[in-house]
Amino acid sequence: MSDGTMTKQTGQPIISVKHLKQYFDISDGFLGSRPLKAVDDISFDINEGETLGLVGESGCGKTTAGRSLLQLYKPTAGEIFYRGKKIVTKSDIAEFRKKATMVFQDPYSSLDPRMTVADIIGEPLDVHHMYSSKEERREKILTLMEHVGLNSEHAARYAHEFSGGQRQRVGIARALAVDPDFIVCDEPVSALDVSIQAQVINMFAELQEKMNLTYLFIAHDLLVVRHISDRIAVMYLGHMVELGKAEEVYSKPMHPYTKALISAVPVPDPKVAKANKRIALTGEIPSPLDAPSGCPFRTRCQYATEQCAAEVPEFKEVESGRFCACHRLSEIN
Amino acid sequence: MALLEVRDLHTSFFTDAGEVRAVNGVSFDLDHGKVLGIVGESGSGKSVTAYSIMQILAGTGKIVSGSIKYDGRELVGAGEDVMKDIRGNKISIIFQDPMTSLNPTYTIGKQLMEAIMLHTDRNKDQAWDRAVEMLKLVNVNSPEKRMKQYPYEFSGGMRQRVMIAMALACEPDILIADEPTTALDVTIQAGILELMKDIQKKMGMAIIMITHDLGVVAQLCDEVIVMYAGSICEQGTENEIFYNPCHEYTKGLMRSIPTVDSDGSRLEPITGTPIDLLNMPEGCAFAPRCDAAMKICLKKKCERIQINDMHQAACWVNVKKAAEEGRLDDLTAAMSETEREEALDK
Repeated sequence: MSDGTMTKQTGQPIISVKHLKQYFDISDGFLGSRPLKAVDDISFDINEGETLGLVGESGCGKTTAGRSLLQLYKPTAGEIFYRGKKIVTKSDIAEFRKKATMVFQDPYSSLDPRMTVADIIGEPLDVHHMYSSKEERREKILTLMEHVGLNSEHAARYAHEFSGGQRQRVGIARALAVDPDFIVCDEPVSALDVSIQAQVINMFAELQEKMNLTYLFIAHDLLVVRHISDRIAVMYLGHMVELGKAEEVYSKPMHPYTKALISAVPVPDPKVAKANKRIALTGEIPSPLDAPSGCPFRTRCQYATEQCAAEVPEFKEVESGRFCACHRLSEIN
Repeated sequence: MALLEVRDLHTSFFTDAGEVRAVNGVSFDLDHGKVLGIVGESGSGKSVTAYSIMQILAGTGKIVSGSIKYDGRELVGAGEDVMKDIRGNKISIIFQDPMTSLNPTYTIGKQLMEAIMLHTDRNKDQAWDRAVEMLKLVNVNSPEKRMKQYPYEFSGGMRQRVMIAMALACEPDILIADEPTTALDVTIQAGILELMKDIQKKMGMAIIMITHDLGVVAQLCDEVIVMYAGSICEQGTENEIFYNPCHEYTKGLMRSIPTVDSDGSRLEPITGTPIDLLNMPEGCAFAPRCDAAMKICLKKKCERIQINDMHQAACWVNVKKAAEEGRLDDLTAAMSETEREEALDK
């Protein structure tokens, strides 16, 4: 198994991504266009009932990966399987979207200011014709609101009347409306205050238990991701560089980029923070329009050799359930 | 005498909906060469405190009362001439968003030189040299070339370095950093924080670090102030605040963040929603969300209690605890008899 597929006790793969590529054409004026390789050949599985954390810095393609996985973009290449069935046709996609939904980062711009909370949550029900009477629709909406800790009297209110944390609850209720079993959570807590973050994180965990949900949890806050995830995948410049059990990736990172990323986490504990040795990265993240040849990380990697410039390292299983893409893995670990 | 003395500062915004008391009686001292962290969530008044010190409040904002003394000079009501001399020269500020803090139509060099020439007697050539020197100090590679470039040619981390260079070009005594790394990626953030630490050692200025991130505070600060709803909950040395928090809000914050050794079990969030500054409760602002709230918390705001030499907290729970441990006198010496009785819920 060389492309990130694995099975884990949490269950069979619910989503399989194989060699997904998502390029965007960027116009160069009259010279034509060139591709921006936002996601460049990533493969992984998400198992039923687990939370897969997807981390990386801005521009690494983590959001794009989540979106093209849900077919919000048409992938440039690659295959996506839902419960072993390949998603190809329009009706596959329509069917898939009843089972896979999304929670967005910004609880301010992701809710229509002119719709009441009940209509926001009810819209997916309308789209997918998931009720037979008005009463049933109302009943469903109220149940959803209860699930996410909103009162029924909130139903007739508008999004602007709520705080950030409550809005995010509305966003989550909307994602739950079609009774999905897989949710892509794109930075769902990064816009929230610290004290509210914990409420929402706990709610994700409770809903997962109650409804047997599977999450792809995209975030840049490594402490949050480590807390909520069973496994963590690390992306850099459109590539997946490491994937493994959350605890192992965090405590024993293998890829030089993951090592640097984790050493840079600001730990909220002065003694630990002051004892930490940070692995400094030189330079900047290259533009995905002008990605380096070979290993995407080689321009900032202290271990880079000629081989790293020549060949793209294969993303392969290096230990049971642990994947990494690095030519010099055995030498640096 | 401390370098900066803030006493009972009240700053309000006068909006159509009413008076928003963003800062409500904030007092603290800042000594030469110290790094003070101000932590709080949105709306806690941490940024408004900084803007009040610089007197760069938005149109509707006004310092209502209180005193801000820099090096013994009163700044509140001192007038724009005095403030022009203070800003940039004695106290500098850098902002959260390095993307909008620079003028996109001028080169980096021009903007740096402008700041230098405004505040010092240097001529153009000297200002150029100083600007290059500052860019070197903040580890910008090939500074001469970078001087001629425009902000769009700089990444976020590099722009923040330029902002730091600009803020420090006139060797101010105090650098106020308002969430300087919030918009940056973790690896870039770590670089900027390290840079600030290094420069602080080299130049010896004091830093006021405003942030919502306890992780950032833990990297850098000597002292910490925790704010909630415009007031200081707790203030003390970094070790005291992190390892001996004495305000229920601080304790709640510490519990609610995932830590390095959290084991995936549930976090302990602070319940309820953030406070509405237009509609403040009578007693302690945190009481409606506080699990340990007593009767007095709802009636009366707690003044600051001296926990020890290095630590003050405005929380009645400490009085209760002290009574249980029989050291009431140390803690409540300054209180009147009735206050004491109230504090004990008698």
